[in-house]
Amino acid sequence: MANHLPTLMVENLKTHFFTKAGVVKAVDDVSFAIDRGEIMGLVGESGSGKTVTGFSIMGLVDPPGRITGGRILFNGEDIARYDDEQMRALRGRKIAMIFQDPMMTLNPVLRIDTQMIEAMRAHEKVSRDEALRRARAALGQVGISAPEERLRAYPHQFSGGMRQRISIAIALLHKPDLIVADEPTTALDVTIQGQILYEVQRLARETQTAVIWITHDLSVIAGLADKVCVMYAGRIVEHGPVDDVLDRPLHPYTKGLIGSVPSQNERGRPLAQIPGMTPSLLSLPKGCAFRTRCPRADALCANDPEVTRPIPMREIRCFHPHLETAATGGA
Amino acid sequence: MTVFVIRRLMQAALVILVMSLLVFFGVHVVGNPVDILINPMFTQEEYERAVQSLGLDRPIHEQYVVFLGNALRGELGDSFVFGQPALELILQRLPATLELALAALLMAIVIGLPLGVWAGLNPEARSSRLIMGGSILGFSLPTFWVGIMMIMVFAVMLGWLPSGGRGRTVDVLGIEVSFLTWDGLRHLILPALNLALLKMALVTRLARAGTREAALQDYVKFARAKGLTRRRVVLVHIVKNIMIPIVTVLGLEFGTLIAFSVVTETVFAWPGMGKLIIDSIQVLDRPIIVAYLMIIVFMFVIINLIVDVLYSVLDPRVRLQDIKQ
Amino acid sequence: MSGALEAKPAIDVLPVERETVPVATETPLRAFVSDFIESKVAVGGFALLATIVLAAVFAPWIAPQNPYDLGVISILDGRLPPGAEGMDGMTFWLGTDSMGRDMLSAILYGLRISLGVGVTSGIIAVGIGLCVGLLAAYFGGKVDTVIMRVVDLQLSFPAILVALILLAVLGKGVDKIIIALVVVQWAYYTRTVRASALVERRKEYVEAALCLALGTRHVLFRHMLPNVLPPLIVVATVQVAHAIALEATLSFLGLGLPITEPSLGLLIANGFDYMLSGKYWISFFPGIALLVTIVSINLVGDRLRDVLNPRLQK
Repeated sequence: MANHLPTLMVENLKTHFFTKAGVVKAVDDVSFAIDRGEIMGLVGESGSGKTVTGFSIMGLVDPPGRITGGRILFNGEDIARYDDEQMRALRGRKIAMIFQDPMMTLNPVLRIDTQMIEAMRAHEKVSRDEALRRARAALGQVGISAPEERLRAYPHQFSGGMRQRISIAIALLHKPDLIVADEPTTALDVTIQGQILYEVQRLARETQTAVIWITHDLSVIAGLADKVCVMYAGRIVEHGPVDDVLDRPLHPYTKGLIGSVPSQNERGRPLAQIPGMTPSLLSLPKGCAFRTRCPRADALCANDPEVTRPIPMREIRCFHPHLETAATGGA
Repeated sequence: MTVFVIRRLMQAALVILVMSLLVFFGVHVVGNPVDILINPMFTQEEYERAVQSLGLDRPIHEQYVVFLGNALRGELGDSFVFGQPALELILQRLPATLELALAALLMAIVIGLPLGVWAGLNPEARSSRLIMGGSILGFSLPTFWVGIMMIMVFAVMLGWLPSGGRGRTVDVLGIEVSFLTWDGLRHLILPALNLALLKMALVTRLARAGTREAALQDYVKFARAKGLTRRRVVLVHIVKNIMIPIVTVLGLEFGTLIAFSVVTETVFAWPGMGKLIIDSIQVLDRPIIVAYLMIIVFMFVIINLIVDVLYSVLDPRVRLQDIKQ
Repeated sequence: MSGALEAKPAIDVLPVERETVPVATETPLRAFVSDFIESKVAVGGFALLATIVLAAVFAPWIAPQNPYDLGVISILDGRLPPGAEGMDGMTFWLGTDSMGRDMLSAILYGLRISLGVGVTSGIIAVGIGLCVGLLAAYFGGKVDTVIMRVVDLQLSFPAILVALILLAVLGKGVDKIIIALVVVQWAYYTRTVRASALVERRKEYVEAALCLALGTRHVLFRHMLPNVLPPLIVVATVQVAHAIALEATLSFLGLGLPITEPSLGLLIANGFDYMLSGKYWISFFPGIALLVTIVSINLVGDRLRDVLNPRLQK
């Protein structure tokens, strides 16, 4: 569909952690692409590798972990090969990140304006006045009123929702091409969550910024993203346009996830759950990692499933996708 | 902010009052004030006069008033040995002790902080392990032994630095200071270093632990995600966060520095308060002991007060919390 | 959505091969020991410490000479350098002091006293700290406030000062210095115990135990105590080293122990005057003994802290 370069193209990314207890393959052969202005949801349970994927893109994977294979093509350049200084120049300017817990992402002993001005000065020479002007504008952009006083305050004087807005404002300061948002609304209550989601969607459309929205919550993705990747045990098991995937899931895990959302279940009947637990990344089953919990698993699943495209624009890793339900949908 | 300071001042005054009560209790009730405050070598006449001026012939609560009044006027008895007012003698020696303590504090921070931050940022490096090993030594070695060794090595064997005493002094605003002369500096280095070692080790360890913890925090990751240079992340984000516990501890430890100067002054024959008190204990010059106690208590309360205020300046969360109450 | 989750998962049909890394089951004690011995330095420290303690305990049997038996020493042997031979053929491996005492023996006996005083005062102070700290944490309220005010007041003054004043008042003697050391240490232990106990108190298992109407003593001893011990052990180890250093310092300053029972501190003090004339061994060797003792205790304590500190375990 895109005849220009996708903003981000991740190819066969592998990020492993070399710990005393063994090698943790947090990200094990992950591939996807995002275009300008697209919002992609990266969904998975904790331990699925979604956060590490985000960190890998930012170059913030700390020892004992490192990227062991694959390419991360950002506007055509493989940034997995970049050194420290090259990555530093990108971070905050072309690729920005929003973290999960707003309580601890802002430094408690520094004022808001200090933290915003330093973000600007890291990449540009600006006078203090100019920096303050931009900071005020950025705060206004995310819907924070009375930016003057806010700037001179300290993080602990704000609520969680406000702090997250400030983090978003900081992320937008240099008008990045890509924003990696790691569960930004998980720590907030539902009403604030809705506001933040709306803000991000609006801003992404306005500025044509690509967004990766990492979350474990499917319902967040439903209203927000254009396409979704479902991760399990370090691999992407399903990938496709959001509405398609949610209406007609192909992978048994995705089906199980959707089925376990409370609103999908009939009242009065026991809540459907995926049996079993996520395997520890230190002892994954050979072959398809989901087979120990999958109702459709058989001997074939002891082999590694490759990525296949049973229907156009839908990718999955599975030997037994739910094609029967997909067949009734549109192509 | 002012509210905060005033509250702390009032608390400080209260503590001083309580301590004065304790000291009074210790001297006049538990001990024998006659033994403690009146020179055993007085003649009968001098004895009567002393009893009168100290109010020892009056009921106890009046004695306390006399005691307090005397204390406020600076009369805490006369030294048995020197015959001069005890307070005067101690105050004469105070600048020397302060100079030593401040020099030691400075050394501890200037050397200890960078070492600790480095060790915290590179915990696995050889140099870090060396630094931490060194800090264990600095921590464990008894001050007096290190002082003796320093004299042995630098004064006796190498002859680079003098083995004791204070160098030439210069009068600044009525106070004698020795660090402004070269001779004075030479005499100051060894004792200050000796005194500093303990605190240096402490600062290094605190800085390392703090840095290690801070480096793992989300706000450091966020700072890096903003594209800040490593230098800025360390110097501004990390150091400012670890300064708070370090300043608090150092401030409180300043009192220990003054206390430990007792040892260093004895080893290096430095003419400060510490040496005076040790000598006085040896010869049972009790008024000096009592006066020393009062001065020390006073100083400690002041130090704690300053540290509290400094702490609130550095950590904005404390300021607001306190006012809300 | 029908039928998808009703089919039985094929778990029991297929033997699942896992790429597993086998991990031996560990009891907390074994985990602790294996963590501890990871640091070779700490193991070395522990070995050193064990040697010192044994030497001190068996001093009367292994020392070449009883340096306090006036019938054995002779002033004509005074101030001999290390390795010299004395009047009756005895080799003084570490030299002699001004009275003709063998330094090696004096050091062994001195170690005995230094360690004895340090450990005894430590044990007593820990005992007091445990009781008072647990009580303060358990009862809370006024009891807690009063106790902590006293503790805070005492801790705001440096140990050496408190000890100094106490000894100025009490005079000399082994019992007096133990008293002084206990007074100096109890507050710190109390605070440490109370802090851990408070954390434990708020934990759910205590609430659960209280709900089950278990007695106060039962909750205190069987539930809270075992969880309070690890930080206390770390603190106590390092504090004993401090106590020994403090005692040495006080003896050096001429307070505390009488000349008849010299600890290492006093030995060092005795030799101080001879330093400037080159007879270094009278101060130097006792100093080394003191040093090694303190450093080995600190090495062990340091490792204990790293191993038992939950915050640094990732």
